[in-house]
Amino acid sequence: MSALVDELLAGKHSALARVITKIENRSPGYREIISDLHRHTGHADVVGVTGSPGAGKSTLVDKVAAEYRDRGLTVGVIAIDPSSPFSGGAVLGDRIRMASNAGDMDVFFRSMSARGSLGGLSTATTDAVTALDAFGKDVIIVETVGAGQNEVDIVRTADTVAVLVPPGSGDDVQMLKAGILEIADVFVVNKADLDGADRTVQQLREMLQGRGGTAGHHGGMGLERPGGDGDAGDDGDAWDPVIVETVANRGEGVDAFIEALAEHSDYLDRTGQREAQERERFAAEIRTLLREDANRLLSRELVQRGGIEQYVDAVVARETDPYTVVDDVLAPLRDCLDADHPR
Amino acid sequence: MSVEQEQAERTIRCLVAKVGLDGHDRGAHVIARALRDAGFEVIYSGLHRSPDEVVQAAVQEDVDVVGISILSGAHNTLVPKILDGLREYDAFDDRLVLVGGIVPDDDKAELREQGVDEIFGPGASMEEMITYIREHAPER
Repeated sequence: MSALVDELLAGKHSALARVITKIENRSPGYREIISDLHRHTGHADVVGVTGSPGAGKSTLVDKVAAEYRDRGLTVGVIAIDPSSPFSGGAVLGDRIRMASNAGDMDVFFRSMSARGSLGGLSTATTDAVTALDAFGKDVIIVETVGAGQNEVDIVRTADTVAVLVPPGSGDDVQMLKAGILEIADVFVVNKADLDGADRTVQQLREMLQGRGGTAGHHGGMGLERPGGDGDAGDDGDAWDPVIVETVANRGEGVDAFIEALAEHSDYLDRTGQREAQERERFAAEIRTLLREDANRLLSRELVQRGGIEQYVDAVVARETDPYTVVDDVLAPLRDCLDADHPR
Repeated sequence: MSVEQEQAERTIRCLVAKVGLDGHDRGAHVIARALRDAGFEVIYSGLHRSPDEVVQAAVQEDVDVVGISILSGAHNTLVPKILDGLREYDAFDDRLVLVGGIVPDDDKAELREQGVDEIFGPGASMEEMITYIREHAPER
């Protein structure tokens, strides 16, 4: 095991920070590090927080982290911001809003940028969560802007997903319907002191009712249950998303939000969903890594054969076609696999 | 930008920190944007940070460059605290520490002696700073 891994497991902050850097950079050796760390994981509660820009995610995360600290828990936060498609650079500004936890090393806050690599970011985020989990964090919060499928994939690496919906986003609610709203276990209407908050809560409630009906659970009952024990007379096999109202900059509703997260966490344990989700995540991760690595092997093979351009030339000249090219390039691989496992 | 290129060229991470009571951050904003446009990842601290907070950010974000902007004249008390904090967390040796702002010549020598790598005063060009960072960012 590397010295860096030993230092991380011993609780050294700079080692944890360096491991995450290696993960982000895909530095040589980062895979071995993750392999070593994996068996030290599985203890943290992972919460995903997403929502449109300006919804107040960072402010809420700051207050939530402070509350967890008051309860004696340690917290890790990964905040993901977009990077410039032109320079690749980024200004990562979420740290500014972590004022409640300033100077408290037991809130480990790390900014990550998308670095232009779409598929890679969710792998990097998963690995960073692994590092924080192995370090011993009790709660890990992954915060990302809910802008697209990429973000949906990322927050799905969490046990519990919270989606922030700002008041007055009626049209947004419609727009988001088919995407990020579907993954929410907890809805947070932040800035609940603003005009239109009630209406937004109402819209969410209606949306959930509609969904409950079509999905065939509970006939559309048991919706908003902040603080309630829920699942009355239910065999507990389905989770009805909870709606929580907060005013994050004043710390209002933070307790209710944390309670909703805890309730969902209990639900995961009670129903065996946690294990099911974990299995699903690992399956997805294995598939992703297989795809990435196979891709890399094939890219190398393509270079060995003189690059893709000559194939393109031949296809353009109608001497061959893309299917035949792929067949040709994959032939040796297919032969190897067939030799191992004859059909 | 291909994946291969990205892997070959490491992304440099910089902290742009405003420390102490001085409330002028337009310069810090300009610098943050210029560094972003140069392809760096920039973590901006916000105003009125304590040395502890700057150290916390520099350690957790594992930045290559700690850029401290001070216009208030308090550099002699605040910068050494940051340097000590970095050393305490074993995060000093492989990090570039830059100071920007109004620093009298006499103080410059003193700060350098304590571990500051470079000081950029008024009139320093962005180009100069970016080139300096590219050339001196520590190998890891």
